[in-house]
Amino acid sequence: MNFSAQSKAFALLLSVGLVAGCSSTGGTSEEGGEYGSDVAAVDQEGGSTVYGGDDQDGVSSSAMTEEERMAAREQAEQQALREVTTFYFDFDTAEIKQEARDVLVAHARFLANNPGQNVRIEGHADERGTKEYNLALGERRANAVQRFLIVNGASRGQLETVSYGEEKPAVMGSSESAWAQNRRVELVFE
Amino acid sequence: MTHRIWYKPSRALLTAIALIFFVVSGARAELLIRITEGADSAIPVAVVPFAESGQMPAGDKVGSIVQADLTMTGEFRTLPPEKMLSLPSRREEVYFRDWRLLGQRYVLVGALTRSGDRVQARYELFDVNREERILGETAAAPASNMCSLAHHISDKVYEAITGVPGAFSTKLAYVTLDTANGKPRYRLQVSDVDGKRARIRLESQEPILSPAWSPDGEKLAYVSFETGKPVIFVHELATGKRSKVADFPGLNSAPAWSDDGRSLLMTLSKDGNAEIYRMNLDNRQLTKLTSHWAIDTEPTYDASGEGIFFTSDRSGGPQIYHMETPGAEPRRITFGSRYNARPRPDNDGEYVYYVHQRDRAFHIARTELKTGEESILTRTESDESPSVAPNGRMLIYATRQNGTNVLTVISADGGAAYSLPASEGDVRDPAWGPLVR
Repeated sequence: MNFSAQSKAFALLLSVGLVAGCSSTGGTSEEGGEYGSDVAAVDQEGGSTVYGGDDQDGVSSSAMTEEERMAAREQAEQQALREVTTFYFDFDTAEIKQEARDVLVAHARFLANNPGQNVRIEGHADERGTKEYNLALGERRANAVQRFLIVNGASRGQLETVSYGEEKPAVMGSSESAWAQNRRVELVFE
Repeated sequence: MTHRIWYKPSRALLTAIALIFFVVSGARAELLIRITEGADSAIPVAVVPFAESGQMPAGDKVGSIVQADLTMTGEFRTLPPEKMLSLPSRREEVYFRDWRLLGQRYVLVGALTRSGDRVQARYELFDVNREERILGETAAAPASNMCSLAHHISDKVYEAITGVPGAFSTKLAYVTLDTANGKPRYRLQVSDVDGKRARIRLESQEPILSPAWSPDGEKLAYVSFETGKPVIFVHELATGKRSKVADFPGLNSAPAWSDDGRSLLMTLSKDGNAEIYRMNLDNRQLTKLTSHWAIDTEPTYDASGEGIFFTSDRSGGPQIYHMETPGAEPRRITFGSRYNARPRPDNDGEYVYYVHQRDRAFHIARTELKTGEESILTRTESDESPSVAPNGRMLIYATRQNGTNVLTVISADGGAAYSLPASEGDVRDPAWGPLVR
């Protein structure tokens, strides 16, 4: 891992206050299309990666130096992390959860390496509380993610934020589980 | 009723056509009224069916609309006509002893006369105990508009009995959401306070929220996502003409009119954080009224028209604050729980109403400004968007009932009155319109 990026991330997390625990779902971004060729290995059907085990490609593997193998593994891990594009929050907070950090760092690095790639950061709230406060809360969540991505290497020009407040729930219903899934930030790659 | 669909060839619309929305004017999707309960202290009133001379328009009778109006406030208990001993239509026919026997405090009698396209109503209200006429007037309206005539009579009767103007002729604005065909359809609608005569003013596939009435009742300001982000529009109801008044980077939300209708309070985050601004609508000039790292939003002028209530989470969670004058140091109003938001003042400066979290539920509560005393007004548990009637006697808010969003009207002290479920889909974000003379 990149130590300077990590320490910056750590500093940012301290500044927003850190809580543990996170759940995540599969990515919802439009895969393919504008990605660089380095992600062509994504299985378009299942969304799972085909990078991985050493026996995957014995011939070239044997030709790889240890360093190259490390780099390939690293790339695969980063790729897998970036499958996650939705990040969840506790009620009335915009604190980025611990488990979201590595994923967001992976997205930030990807953006740093692909300056032509833009992403829309959509902030959402659950239905509880008031609409206008939730609109501001959704924005605060989107802004927290935006700051995190910038600190980790993305440039501001690549990032656009929008808050939908409680207006666009991911899941209908008034249960704890629905609320938990609706308090979120989604990254939409464009 | 006519169904008209028309397109405004304005620049704003040309942008928006790409996003598939239309401004619509026509009758549609009425709210169904459901009266939940009346107060124990309800005043008994007999509304005698009005005598008629000449051909009357089909539809609800004026007398029965007046009866329904008075009943839905929860402040009155009306006598069913079949229990009446006589059906007087003028003073000479009123036998006070009969009405006393029936336990009535007031009797309304009247007659309707058709002349050409118009119907004239002559009506009188009697105090049964004092055997006195306390109201006697005539009013006329086009034959096609018996609802308005009836609501006008209700207003007068209400005022004669309570001393406070009735709000039956006022309008409601609200947003319905219909997801029946897979695609969401948000519709900004305006109806009578009983949910009747609803007309769609704007339809969009993207969220519409926070409608706010101009003081003259001629315009609505609201937030629409039709361009992909929250933008504040001002919409002239008579013409359908719209203008985009705030489209800055970030939030453009929570519009609230000044008493003179010449400026809007609003929440903008163009400088990175949600702050409250005042926009002069003549020159679109902005004045920043808050400056704090916290969320500051949901501004509204207080009863004096000078000070401002708003929501801020500067204490760690959302609470109601008050600025004596725009930009002055805010004073915190609510302390009762960790979530109090979206203030709405009454019109005489006595109370502020808001959304209040207690345990896991969100209720409507009010705080008496003089004493700081807080009371919870609702038993429903997912309450939002309180809006006070212009006469201060009632309050409308949005809540959930059997899995759908409905509007509920209660008396200002919390007695439940009636709910207005949408006949299709969800209804939310009510705004009670002003008294228009």
